Amino acid sequence: MTVKLVYFAWVRERIGKPEEDIDLPADVTTVRELLNHLKSLGEEYEAALQYPEVIRVAIDQEHVDHHEKIGNAREIGIFPPMTGG
Amino acid sequence: MPDAPNIRIQAQDFDLQAEIEALTSGRRDIGAVVTFTGLCRDERGSLSALELEHYPGMAEAEMRRIGKLATDRFSLLGLTAIHRFGRIAPGENIVLVIAAAPHRQAAFDGASFMMDFLKTSAPFWKKEHKVDGSAGDWVAAKDADDRARDRWQ
Repeated sequence: MTVKLVYFAWVRERIGKPEEDIDLPADVTTVRELLNHLKSLGEEYEAALQYPEVIRVAIDQEHVDHHEKIGNAREIGIFPPMTGG
Repeated sequence: MPDAPNIRIQAQDFDLQAEIEALTSGRRDIGAVVTFTGLCRDERGSLSALELEHYPGMAEAEMRRIGKLATDRFSLLGLTAIHRFGRIAPGENIVLVIAAAPHRQAAFDGASFMMDFLKTSAPFWKKEHKVDGSAGDWVAAKDADDRARDRWQ
């Protein structure tokens, strides 16, 4: 399955691109598994996702926990804790 | 009946008085209007500007979701929330919340609730730009903001 990933703030800067389409391996079914998979893709991903517990994730633009199933997500946002306001 | 929250994400500044008038004009049932304006501040004389980044689409959807929660919970008669993005210098506006209600407590609480949840759930991030031209750090999220949100639960 192909899914669009979008990155923001220092996650975007460390990975070095704002978005990309990736093919999900069959054994990646949850958000936590996705973050672990991304960490294996290279040192820029390792730098961005070194502490996955602080990373926030949104599936189709809604916040989700790391145990959430990816299901048929079209777009997954990956970003640091928010600092607006 | 309350109108749907007026939610906007924009690069340009906002006009506080015009926004209050837009929310209240022609109405006779509003007895209290509370406004909150958040500004870019420089505490050490080293900040040139903040760069506000957001997740287009989701930022507006989250603000709309929070605005609906605030409107329902405090029976607001009107709610406006405007968040700017892009480069913002110290002294300039970042965010505006206006809550209207029959009485003051609901208006105060509605504006406060909107800001507390906006800060922890709406996908915006701030990056510092220094006076000396160097790129500063991304602003870190504060535990105090999580506690401010959690007091509403």
